Amino acid sequence: MAKKNLIVIGNGMVGHHFLEQFADTPAAADYTIHVFGEEPLIAYDRVHLSEYFGGSTHADLAMGTADQYTEKQIQLHLDEQVTDIDRDQREVITPKGRYRYDAVVLATGSYPFVPPIQGNDQPHCLVYRTLADLDAIRASSEGVKRGVVVGGGLLGLEAANALKCLGLEAHVVEFAPRLMPVQLDSDGGTLLRRKIEELGVQVHTEKATTEIVAGDEHRLRMNFSDESHLEADLIVFSAGIRPQDTLARSCGLEIGERGGIVIDDYCTTSDPQIFAIGECALWSNRIFGLVAPGYTMARTASARLNQDTEASFVGADMSTKLKLLGVDVGSIGDAHASTPGARNIRFNDEQAGTYGRLVISEDGKKLLGAILVGDNGPYDTLLQYALNGIDLPANPEVLILPASEGGAPTLGPDALPETASICSCHNVTKGDICCAIDAGCTDLGAVKSQTKASTGCGGCSALLKNVVDAELEKRGVEVSKDICEHFAYSRQELFHLVKVNGIRTFHSLIEQYGKGHGCDICKPTVGSILATCWNEHIMATDHVPLQDTNDTFMANMQKNGTYSIVPRVPGGEITPDKLIVLGEVAKEYNLYTKITGGQRIDLFGATLSELPEIWEKLIAAGFETGHAYGKSLRTVKSCVGSTWCRYGVQDSVGMAIRLEDRYKGLRSPHKIKFAVSGCTRECAEAQSKDIGVIATDKGWNLYVCGNGGMRPRHADLFATDLNDEQLISAIDRVLMFYVRTADRLQRTSVWMENMEGGLDYLKDVVLNDSLGIGEELEQHMASIIGTYQCEWKSTVEDPEKRKRFREFVNDERKDPVQHWVEERGQRRPAPKAETETA
Amino acid sequence: MSDLQWITVARQSDLIAESGIAVWTPAGPAALFYLPGSKQPLYAIGHYDPIGKANVLARGIVGDIKGELVVASPLYKQHFSLSTGQCLEDETVSVPTFEVQRDGDDIKLGIRVKQVEGCAA
Repeated sequence: MAKKNLIVIGNGMVGHHFLEQFADTPAAADYTIHVFGEEPLIAYDRVHLSEYFGGSTHADLAMGTADQYTEKQIQLHLDEQVTDIDRDQREVITPKGRYRYDAVVLATGSYPFVPPIQGNDQPHCLVYRTLADLDAIRASSEGVKRGVVVGGGLLGLEAANALKCLGLEAHVVEFAPRLMPVQLDSDGGTLLRRKIEELGVQVHTEKATTEIVAGDEHRLRMNFSDESHLEADLIVFSAGIRPQDTLARSCGLEIGERGGIVIDDYCTTSDPQIFAIGECALWSNRIFGLVAPGYTMARTASARLNQDTEASFVGADMSTKLKLLGVDVGSIGDAHASTPGARNIRFNDEQAGTYGRLVISEDGKKLLGAILVGDNGPYDTLLQYALNGIDLPANPEVLILPASEGGAPTLGPDALPETASICSCHNVTKGDICCAIDAGCTDLGAVKSQTKASTGCGGCSALLKNVVDAELEKRGVEVSKDICEHFAYSRQELFHLVKVNGIRTFHSLIEQYGKGHGCDICKPTVGSILATCWNEHIMATDHVPLQDTNDTFMANMQKNGTYSIVPRVPGGEITPDKLIVLGEVAKEYNLYTKITGGQRIDLFGATLSELPEIWEKLIAAGFETGHAYGKSLRTVKSCVGSTWCRYGVQDSVGMAIRLEDRYKGLRSPHKIKFAVSGCTRECAEAQSKDIGVIATDKGWNLYVCGNGGMRPRHADLFATDLNDEQLISAIDRVLMFYVRTADRLQRTSVWMENMEGGLDYLKDVVLNDSLGIGEELEQHMASIIGTYQCEWKSTVEDPEKRKRFREFVNDERKDPVQHWVEERGQRRPAPKAETETA
Repeated sequence: MSDLQWITVARQSDLIAESGIAVWTPAGPAALFYLPGSKQPLYAIGHYDPIGKANVLARGIVGDIKGELVVASPLYKQHFSLSTGQCLEDETVSVPTFEVQRDGDDIKLGIRVKQVEGCAA
């Protein structure tokens, strides 16, 4: 039997989702699939469009690749606009030809509504919808100052963010008396306006533009009906969307009075061979301008093509949770209390800048809707109450009040019914998750790949994890926090056991609290805990077998089994004499030298037996170990500071050296990096460090829990204008609290992200001493500092310890498999292929 | 099978409890592990890590995985059985094993002549 033809018109997010869904169904085998896109680019994520100005490219935003389409045997026609549908002949017509069809899916989306204002068609009057629009905005913004967005709704604020990203002075002009009139009430809109204005975006409400004419100081001038005006270099219209129904109109499909292709519950248009999905479709006289309902329509149409009569589209929840210009905004269900008898609870904290409103049924039992501005923390819980008709607690106000002593009650996963929607992007219910678990998924990753939950916008990831953990636990699957098979404890628990019971060796810990011999997971973990608690030499006999090779030999193993050496250079300050020593030693042992990112010098290629000899020389010249091998403080990077720099306001080098000397040798769950900048220009990049210090003219600002590397995270501002002593006391407490409570190999950034209560909680513990442990943390730190010793110094002085550094205990020969080649005047390991044949 | 030659490779005092040392043998470098409390306190396997392609196994951490005594390569962390030399993560990879015995203060490895020929350092 010849294959039928399915033609999808439109390659946006919804059209793409349809193809993804349909390609995996049995009916896909009966069809040859063609998809036509009028844009030259493959479907991309329009929800995150403003990221295009934040550095994302089309490839980053793309929903799929041409290869994936080919793999699924979908014929992709980009840059080919469908001009007509001949319903009699059943052919789709483009400038390039005619294509016969058995079924058509219209996913033509929408176009931006441009209000009929005189002068709206001149150059530099733009819209915000496609990547081509964004390119036009970027081009128009070159060399000018001010951009104005017409429309203060969700899309308008997104567009304002985009203008801000381009470095323009951004203005928003809204016809209604407040921002986001559809989602927010007056108080919510007022707060959002304040917050957005604080971010430098100017808001003009109740403005109706009457005409756009040439400007005096800027390119254009907008005249308003109240006779005021605003000048602008470019104007972006983002005042809502209209369904793209031109094609459907021209081929005679039924169209709604105010536009939109009329569909039934199965997404079928007035022609049973033609479906319409997404923003172009009109269901029950409504257009759905969000992606989740569009996805539901896509699934419905796909099911229909599979002769599945049960799937249907019966409307969608239009609740939204957004971060607009960094401000949380949430709107759920009947946010405007239009249900008869609805009652309100409002909490407006102008001080903290948060607003919450609950709309409750007449009997006080159900949540009908909600509005949140400034903090979306309660959103997930509120949404579950509203969507699932869960009975509210007797005092529902706690749901939006700031967390007090006991914390706001979150809705535990057990309270959710089976029908509760967990992931609205992929329409995954709690029931679906239970099915996946019953079918053999035993962890979060498996549930995600099976159900696709949390793979859309990702907003439900925390809730998903809670549900999965709770369901696994219910089925007796242990959600293990154990560090390994030898200890049924987390790192934090082990820390307490060691500390409270005064345990000083791995042997006695495993005897009392573990089983077996241990392994390469628990041994270094316990080694680090013992070092933090008692600070004994890591080369002490009992501790040697616990360390990773880098810690054992106090150097960093490289790919060919040799080591690299990084002496400490506190704050990156080094005398010429010391530099000469490093050079001489490197030359003598033929070590490859490279400057590290931490303002030190790394010497590569030392064999095991050379390490103590090299260190003997380095120590004689006044060097100490740099702990580059340890889970401990690495470096404190600094700029040159006020002693030399014209802009510096404090002595950043002096502070960096003081901090590096204070915390050197501290063993921790993972490596720790610091930096100190001498002024707000931030040349030391302190905000990408675990501990960042930036000078102010009054003292120091402290930043914590930043990270560079694989998962960059900007550090959080923790305290401002501290004097030297306050700074050190705060760092003592933060570090010690981290060392005591973090998981194995958890950097401070991840520790912070997983901390209940987050930054505010940490501030409370450290700055307000809410747990009453501040003193103890400082004392503990003081005792570690007091027992510091350079591990290399005590090693080279001890013949027993030096014995460990023999390549072979019974032979003087060097390692026979090390092969070298020359490159740029230094030696490096020969590539593996050469070594194998050598 | 060829005959076992017993070769002294270390003294008792060279051993490090719960850890390994590297020794040179006519069959190439070997890693010698000492687990004082265990039924069998001495194990010897090849020192050469066939995955990381370097002589490093004696410098790995010793432990057990589901009861099997293992050393974890310090390079890429694969585990090798101390008794069979089998790599736990890749069944196609293994390292040679040696018989070990203590003779007074001397630690001796049993080397087969065939192993000597077959082993390229």
